[in-house]
Amino acid sequence: MNKKKDLTPFISSIAAILCGLVFGFIILCISNPSEAIAGFGTILTGSITHGMKGIGEVLYYATPLILCGLSVGFAFKTGLFNIGGSGQFLMGAFGGVLIGLTCKQLGPVQWIVGLLFATLLGALWGAIPGILKAYFNVNEVISCIMLNYISLFFVNMTIKGNKLLFNNLRNESADIPKSATIPKLGLDKIFADISIKGGKEVISSSSVNSGIVIAIIVAILLYIILEKTTFGYELKACGLNKVASRYAGINENRSIVLSMVIAGAIAGLAGGIMLLSGTGRHIEIKDVIPAEGFNGISVALLGVSNPIGIIFSGLFIAYLYAGGFYLQLFHFSKEIIDIIIAIIIYFSAFALIIKMLLSKFSKKPPERELIEVQKALHDAEVRDKNNKEEGA
Amino acid sequence: MSEYAIEMRHITLSFARKIANDDVTLQLRKGEVHALLGENGAGKSTLMNVLFGLYKADSGEIYVNGKKEVIDNAVTANKLGIGMVHQHFKLVHNFSILENIVLGVEETKFGILKLSDARKRVQELCDKYQFNLDLDAKIEDVTVGMQQRTEILKMLYRNNDIMIFDEPTAVLTPQEIQEFMTIVKNLKAEGKSILFISHKLDEIKEVADRCSILRKGKLIKTVDVASVSKEEMSEMMVGRKVNLKVDKAPAKIGEKVLEVRHMTIAGEKGHKDKVSNVSFTVRAGEIVCIAGIDGNGQSELIKGITGIKKIKSGTIVIDGKDYTNKSIRFKNTHGISHIPEDRHRDGLILDYDMQKNMVLQEYFEDKFSKNGFLNEKNINEYTTKLIDEYDIRSLSGPYSKVRDMSGGNQQKIIIAREMTKEHKLMIAVQPTRGLDVGAIEYIHKNIVKLRDKGIGVLLVSFELEEVMNLADRILVMFEGEIVGEFVDIKNLDLNELGLYMAGGKRMTEEEMIKMYQEVA
Repeated sequence: MNKKKDLTPFISSIAAILCGLVFGFIILCISNPSEAIAGFGTILTGSITHGMKGIGEVLYYATPLILCGLSVGFAFKTGLFNIGGSGQFLMGAFGGVLIGLTCKQLGPVQWIVGLLFATLLGALWGAIPGILKAYFNVNEVISCIMLNYISLFFVNMTIKGNKLLFNNLRNESADIPKSATIPKLGLDKIFADISIKGGKEVISSSSVNSGIVIAIIVAILLYIILEKTTFGYELKACGLNKVASRYAGINENRSIVLSMVIAGAIAGLAGGIMLLSGTGRHIEIKDVIPAEGFNGISVALLGVSNPIGIIFSGLFIAYLYAGGFYLQLFHFSKEIIDIIIAIIIYFSAFALIIKMLLSKFSKKPPERELIEVQKALHDAEVRDKNNKEEGA
Repeated sequence: MSEYAIEMRHITLSFARKIANDDVTLQLRKGEVHALLGENGAGKSTLMNVLFGLYKADSGEIYVNGKKEVIDNAVTANKLGIGMVHQHFKLVHNFSILENIVLGVEETKFGILKLSDARKRVQELCDKYQFNLDLDAKIEDVTVGMQQRTEILKMLYRNNDIMIFDEPTAVLTPQEIQEFMTIVKNLKAEGKSILFISHKLDEIKEVADRCSILRKGKLIKTVDVASVSKEEMSEMMVGRKVNLKVDKAPAKIGEKVLEVRHMTIAGEKGHKDKVSNVSFTVRAGEIVCIAGIDGNGQSELIKGITGIKKIKSGTIVIDGKDYTNKSIRFKNTHGISHIPEDRHRDGLILDYDMQKNMVLQEYFEDKFSKNGFLNEKNINEYTTKLIDEYDIRSLSGPYSKVRDMSGGNQQKIIIAREMTKEHKLMIAVQPTRGLDVGAIEYIHKNIVKLRDKGIGVLLVSFELEEVMNLADRILVMFEGEIVGEFVDIKNLDLNELGLYMAGGKRMTEEEMIKMYQEVA
C-alpha cells in the first residue's frame, strides 16, 4: 500500500524533448547539410563548451522562464489558463523601473521595494481577470489578452510622458542606477570566464544574479502550497471539480481570484527582476507585447505544471536558447532554436497520445478491471469460508 | 443455418494471474432477448468487450450466425451486424440527433454531406417504432431517454440484427424504463436478437426469455426466465441468499431534526418555480422518503436545504436552530451529512486520491490540519480506519486515485465519509444508483443502522422498490409541490402512490395542514 509515483508525465516530457531534437536535426540537415552535425552538437553542448560564463548565461535566461512558467503552471493546476503572463510581466517591469528610478532615498532596500511593487502590480493585473471570471463569468483567456494590450499601451504612455523615466535618445526606459539593482551574490563571479591577458587576470562575468535564487525559492514555495497546505488543497480541488468543491463548502469564487492574484504576482516579480538585474535590459517603447508570458506557457506545459518540473523545463529551454546563440557560428540562423522548442512543446501537448500508445503496447488492462476481479475473488473466498462454517 | 445468432464458446481471459472470464459459453438464440446477469465485477463487461473485439481472449471461439469469426475491433463487429449501446452513450453533444445517427456512415455527394436520404430513412424507422423524436434537436437538449433512442436508431440505421444493451435502464426514470421495455419487445417482434446486461431482476423477469448468470468470471447457469423466481436468480448471482427485503425494527421517533417551512426555489428565467411552498419535517430516528418522478423538483429541494441553490423564500430549521442563511460549509460541519445524487459530479474529486476525498469536508479541521498545513499522517490513519470499517477495495489503499476505482467502491467512499462525520440529519439522494444487489443491500443496511442510532434520514429515490423497502414515511412530490403523504407503508396501495406521482391525485388543503400539525 505504498504511495505510487506516476512516472508517465515525466516519460512523456522526455519523449517530447527527443522528438523535438530529432525534428530539429532534420531541419538543420535541410538548411545546411554540410554543417548540420556540428550545428546540432552546438545546440546540445554549446552552453557548456563556453565555460562557466555560458552556464551563468543559461541561469540568467532561465530566471524569467521559470517564473513565468510557474505563473502559468500554478493557474493551470487550479483550472485557469493564465495567458496574461505577458501583461503581468510588463506591469511588474514597469513597477521595477518606477521604484528603481524615482526612489533613491530608499537606499539599500530600494531593490526590495522595487520587487515588492512589481509583484503588487502583477498581482493586481492578475486579480482583474480573476474577479471578472469569478463574479461575472467572463472567460479569463479573453480578459487576459485584453489586459496584455492595456498594460502595453499604459506602460508606453506613462514612460514616454515622464522625463524621469524616459530615455529620449534610445526610445526606451531610462537606465536604472547601479544602487537600485538586485545583488548578484557573487554568482556572476562564480559563473565567469577568467583569462590572463598581459599578466593580468581578466574576469568576464556573466549576467546571472540572485534572481535565479528567488525563482527557485518561489518554485519550492508553490510546491509546498499546492501539495502540503489546506489552501493548496482548496485551489486544486476547485480546478479539478468545481461542483464537488462547492458541495464540500469551498468558496470557489475566492479560490479563482486568489489563484489569479498569485499567478499575476509571480509574473510581475519576473518583470521586476529582469528590469532591476542591471544587465542593460530596458522597457522599449514599441507596440510589441513581451514574449516572456507566452514562453511561460511552453515552460509550464513541458514541466507538466509541476513547480519542481518547471524549474527543470525552464533551465532546459534556457539551455537550448543559449546554445542556439552559438549556432550562428555555423551560418545557421538562431531562429532554428525557436522552431525546435516549438516542436518540443507541440509534442508535450501530445503527452496524452504518447501515454495511450504506451499503455496499448504493454496491453495492460485498466487498473479498474483488476480491482473488480480482485474483489470478486476476495468475495468468493469469504463466501466459501462462510459456507464451510455454516456447513459445519 | 445455426439457431444461434451469437455463440461464444469456452471464452477464457485472464489479466496478470487474475481470471476475468473462465471458460464462459454464451449462446444467444436468434430472435430472443437474453439477459446477462451478474454483480459488478462478475465479468459481464469483459465478456462483451471480448465480443466487441476490444479485448482478445486467451482461448475460446466466437461464432456469428453459425460461422466462426475473428473479431478484433469494433468495426468488424459492426460489419457482422452487432451493435451495442454502452451505459454511457457515445454521442456527440452538439450534433443533432440525425447527425449523430449518420455519423460514420454519412452519404456524400461531390464531397458534400447529403442528409436528405438519411432523414427519410431515419424518419421511417422512427414511425415504425413509434419513437417520438425531433431529428434536428441537439443531443445536449434532449432527455436521457431520447438519447438512448438515438443510440437504438443508430443500430437500426446500420441494419444491426444483434443488439447489446449495457445496463440500459440505470440512467432512466421509471416512465422511461417502461417505454424502453416496450421498445425492446418491439425489436424482438421484428426478429432482432438482443443481449441485455442488467442486475435488475424485475426488468429481466419482464422482458427476457433466457438469462445467463455470471459470477466470479464463471458462467453459473443459463436459465429460462419464466421457470425461476427472482430469489433464485439473485442467489445464483451473489452466491448466497440475498435479502431483497430490508429487515427493520419499528421506528423510534424522536425530536424534529429538520423542519422546512414554505420553501420556494425559483426556476430559470421565464419558467415557473422549481419548488413552490414546500413544508415538511424529518424527525430523529425515521426515514422520510421523497418519492416522485425525476425532475419534479426533488433535486432542487435538496440543493435548497444544503445551500447549494439559493432559495427564494422560506426557512430551514435544523435541530431547533435557524439554518436558512448559513453557508454550505457551516451546514456541512454542523449537523448535515449529504450523499449527493451524482457521485462523480458532486461527491468526489476523481483526480484526488482516496484519502484526500475522505476529508473533503473536514480537511481544515484541527484533526486534519495544523497552521494551514495538511496533517497527512492523521488523514492517512483516518482513511485506513474507514477502509477497514467499510471494506473499500482498491489497488493502492489510501493513495488510490478515485478515478481508477469501481463505482461501488467510489460510492463507499462517500458513504464512509458522510456516515462517519458527526451529523444529526442524513440526506441521501439516490444512494444506490448504478450499484449491484450486494452493494445495494449493504447501503440499505447502513441507512437503517443510522436511523436506529437516532439520526433523521431524508431519502430521495426514483426506485419504488427502494422507497418501499426503506421508508417510514413517504412524501410524494409533483411539479415542485408535496402532493401526498403515506404513513402506513405496509398496507400501501402502489396504484394509489402512482396516481399521486403522476399528478392524478393530490391532498386537499385540510389534509396538508393536518399532516403538518400531526408531525409538529
